[in-house]
Amino acid sequence: MVQYSTASLDASFAALSDVTRRGVLEQLGRADSSITELADKFHMTLTGMKKHVGVLEEAGLVATEKIGRVRTCRLGPRLLEQETAWIEAYRELWAARFDALDKVVEELKRKEKGDGRKRKK
Amino acid sequence: MDAKGKNDLTKAERTSDREMTVTRTFNAPARLVFKAWTTAELMKLWWVPKSVGMTFVSCELDARTGGTYRFVFSHPAFEQPMAFFGKYLEVVPPSRLVWTNEEGGEAGAVTTVTFEEKGGKTLVVMRDLYPSKKVLDEAIASEQMAEFGEQFLQLDELLPTL
Repeated sequence: MVQYSTASLDASFAALSDVTRRGVLEQLGRADSSITELADKFHMTLTGMKKHVGVLEEAGLVATEKIGRVRTCRLGPRLLEQETAWIEAYRELWAARFDALDKVVEELKRKEKGDGRKRKK
Repeated sequence: MDAKGKNDLTKAERTSDREMTVTRTFNAPARLVFKAWTTAELMKLWWVPKSVGMTFVSCELDARTGGTYRFVFSHPAFEQPMAFFGKYLEVVPPSRLVWTNEEGGEAGAVTTVTFEEKGGKTLVVMRDLYPSKKVLDEAIASEQMAEFGEQFLQLDELLPTL
């Protein structure tokens, strides 16, 4: 599945070690926000929020895009990759389970047909 | 390959902030598929696929509304067997099953499985509803499943096809 280098993990842990930055990720999980909105929400100066977003962006946890005069923040590729990988692993587990279930059900069907024939005789 | 093609019949997606959904169609009437989900001896044959590397230590279930279940597994990597348990909230043969997953405490999902028969085939829809978006996000962030998946994909390659 997805492999991360130690350096990239360090960057993530450092980014996540701060309560405001964790709050920002939670907020962005609900909706994209501008830096100004985030600063208001967390009662911070614009400069302070820019710093936090910068750290998250470097770790790949947040992506930003400047449209006109507004910089919009959303969850970064790193988090999206993780979700995709998790869902695929989840699917693989169920696929393996269901392949086994398919065999069990086929066996039940065969048995039932056998019994049906016996009863008719 | 044939096995891979079969594997692809199973679809999984995050259907909401706090819900995962898995679907698959089985070529059998609903009552037989339902039976395989509600009979301990049959559950034992498929719930833990070989590729996961876990084995059943015990499998107890009382598939009636208000009944309970308890599955205990062992794995070479576990120091002690691991128990999964909960309660059946709804049992409506052969179309609907709802149970709780209580081994994780408050964070446990509620699982709903529906069996819809059409032309002799049965569409199974399995939904895991987590208590909140936060809990599901945390499960994803912990990457437990990703590691789990990686483990059993590797095992899949190592084990000869049985």
